[in-house]
Amino acid sequence: MLSLFAVEIPYWGQSLLRVLGGLVAVLLPAGTIVYVFLFKMMSFMQSRLGPMEAGPYGSMQLFAEVGKWLQKEDIQPDNADKRIFRMAPVVVLMSTFLLVAVVPFGPDAWFTDFETGVFYALAVSSISVLGILMAGWSSANKYSLLGGLRAAGQLIAYELPMVLAVIGVVIQAETMNLQQIVVAQNAGSIFGSDIVGNPYVLTQFVGFVVFMIAVQAELTQAPFDMPIAESELVSGYMTEYSGFRFLIFFIGEFATAGVFAMIASTLFLGGWGVPFSWFGWTTMDSVDNWMNVAGPLIVFTKMMVLVFLIMWIRFSYPRFREDQLQRFAWKVLIPISLANIMATAVLKVAF
Amino acid sequence: MSNFLRSFLVVVWFGLAAVLIAGLLLWVSSLLRPSKPTREKMLTYESGVDPVGEGWSQSQVRYYIFALLFVIFDVEAVFIFPWATQLERYGMFGLVEMGIFVFVLLLGLVYAWRKRVLRWV
Repeated sequence: MLSLFAVEIPYWGQSLLRVLGGLVAVLLPAGTIVYVFLFKMMSFMQSRLGPMEAGPYGSMQLFAEVGKWLQKEDIQPDNADKRIFRMAPVVVLMSTFLLVAVVPFGPDAWFTDFETGVFYALAVSSISVLGILMAGWSSANKYSLLGGLRAAGQLIAYELPMVLAVIGVVIQAETMNLQQIVVAQNAGSIFGSDIVGNPYVLTQFVGFVVFMIAVQAELTQAPFDMPIAESELVSGYMTEYSGFRFLIFFIGEFATAGVFAMIASTLFLGGWGVPFSWFGWTTMDSVDNWMNVAGPLIVFTKMMVLVFLIMWIRFSYPRFREDQLQRFAWKVLIPISLANIMATAVLKVAF
Repeated sequence: MSNFLRSFLVVVWFGLAAVLIAGLLLWVSSLLRPSKPTREKMLTYESGVDPVGEGWSQSQVRYYIFALLFVIFDVEAVFIFPWATQLERYGMFGLVEMGIFVFVLLLGLVYAWRKRVLRWV
């Protein structure tokens, strides 16, 4: 990130830059996703216009919404466990911030460069379960408790296919470092042809599908939205939340959608490299500096494509039943992803 | 400090940033929002009727069983990851080893399946 400026920045300056970059990387995708997909695309799919008043085509609607939510009364029920009740949304938001820290945006544009980046991403993504359980339990509400437990059961059930689907990628790339996974994809070749490199969505298609289904469930988007099923549980673990605390949950949900899509594009779509235009770079050091500027845009584009997929499915399918959800995870996705691991390993050793 | 530890320090900063931004927004909101608590408003929400009993009710044991199953498979994944990075070096030996490992785990899943633990009833 810093070789761009060609000046030495003290450590606190570097950290501040990173944190500001992290804020942008969390809030910008969240805002874009909510406006483009939740407000506009959903409306068009339902033959209506969506917000049109605030700004041209309602593009200022987000600011109006934040202004509205800022003024809402903050109601904390008397029976609730107040301290935990107040902490829960922050924990969910924290999980999102920790998750974005590992996404690489360019050869030098990264926040953290862990050797075990994949591992770290999967570990911190499950912190949100804690926040949701805290919210569900501390509300002292029957709907909240049921929603929280359902969410926990769902998130841990779909955590497994997600972890197992990523192993196929790790086998192919022979590393857990996300930067090197990006390089391995863009500098790779499929059967000797290196026209598009080797984005793992082609060679790991099963893993990609399992991963995206698991992401859908981790984000509790329909058809996996039983934890907040409005026809059964009012609003699940968020029932007692109002005003800005509710909005923090909401921001967390869509920011996490963006971050998960970024991680999926890093693992399966070649990250910050564009297919067809990898200029014969083979290692990290030989990549040109301008990729630091182009990289974030490319990651953002790929993220939008994947979030479009997620939202398309969300708006198109009805909700599963709770038992169908668990059956699907344990009896379909986990055996498939285990078989995928073994198939990938056999092919890897054979070739 | 080594680069490795510095990366982890960045993680700490990111966690603090999340707390700070949430705190900041909630503080701004507390300056703007009204606060007029009434007894009815502060009641637990139960679809409009007065709440019955307390919210912290007992729940089904099935959640606990699924959590246990999760722990088993998650630990398994921890063991598979390091193997996956070194597969090229292990070659055939590693493949057979992992085949046995995954087979034993699948036995566990099949056992849970046959015991009807995976049924959500």
